[in-house]
Amino acid sequence: MKPDKNPASGAVVRQAFLRSVPVMAGYIVLGIGFGILLRDAGYGVLWALAMSVLIYAGSMQYVGVSLLAGGASVLTAALTTVMVNARHLFYSISMIDRYRDAGKYKPYLIFALTDETYSLLCGGDGPEGRDGDLYRFLVSAFDQCYWVTGSVLGNILGAALPFSTAGVEFSMTALFVASFTQQWLDSRDHIPALTGLLGTLACLVVFGPDRFLIPAMLAITLTLTLLRPRLSGKGAAR
Amino acid sequence: MTQSHAAVLVAVMAAVTALLRFLPFLIFRGGRKTPAYISYLGDVLPQAIIGMLVIYCLKDVSFAAAPFGLPELIAAAAVVVLQIWRRSSLVSILSGTAIYMLLIRLF
Repeated sequence: MKPDKNPASGAVVRQAFLRSVPVMAGYIVLGIGFGILLRDAGYGVLWALAMSVLIYAGSMQYVGVSLLAGGASVLTAALTTVMVNARHLFYSISMIDRYRDAGKYKPYLIFALTDETYSLLCGGDGPEGRDGDLYRFLVSAFDQCYWVTGSVLGNILGAALPFSTAGVEFSMTALFVASFTQQWLDSRDHIPALTGLLGTLACLVVFGPDRFLIPAMLAITLTLTLLRPRLSGKGAAR
Repeated sequence: MTQSHAAVLVAVMAAVTALLRFLPFLIFRGGRKTPAYISYLGDVLPQAIIGMLVIYCLKDVSFAAAPFGLPELIAAAAVVVLQIWRRSSLVSILSGTAIYMLLIRLF
């Protein structure tokens, strides 16, 4: 993809880069955190690189460190991945229409749909048409570059960092809180946002922190399905 | 654990993660129009999912014992206020994280 082939491409690259900047800090610090954990578990830089290139799912990679450290079975690893990453089904369902005609970019766009990339792209901003596909591809690719860079840096430098990084993991929470606030400001109907927030909170209280996510996803889907007559056609999403 | 078993585990995690991401696209593929119900979910789910992710990030915070989740709540509130005020995710995220890192060292 040479920018000079199309005069508009330079602008798309710049726009995509700027969109990805909020994730840069978070992914580099969280990637460093993952790299350090993996190193402490006895796995070097090639493992960090392989996991961040091939799995590319933040919280799963953190859980993956404990699977590796604990010598989990293949079945445990597979089931844990389903439990931790089932929410990705959600992201893909809500991107079916947007990614439908993304052509050659489509496989990577789907592969790289992390929590953070999803929160950047689900609002539907960016250029129209083919440039939009390139834009979403670049945002996704920039994000993965940050994550891979952080993982490798953390794994190599980990122990040598001259300061305590305790608390940097909050940048992920901050990203979602910022996305939630921005979507709230952008939308007219807050029922979907409240359904997600309060439904999940209720499931957390009822089911506890280890197994609330799947009940929460079912509860959210059920509630939004029941509210469909009320919500559809009102431009609730944007 | 052997290196080869570790490699298998990494491959399993990668394959299952990719499967979850690709599955909805495989089910609703081709030139057919996406069912109206799925399009509707695509419209309303993003906001609900982000709300879910906010709770998901805070799931291990203990509100029953000191410091009662105060660093998380204060830093999250700061992110909300900054986002409303400046409308810049970058400013909100970096400031909120800095506030949190400061608070956990104070409490």
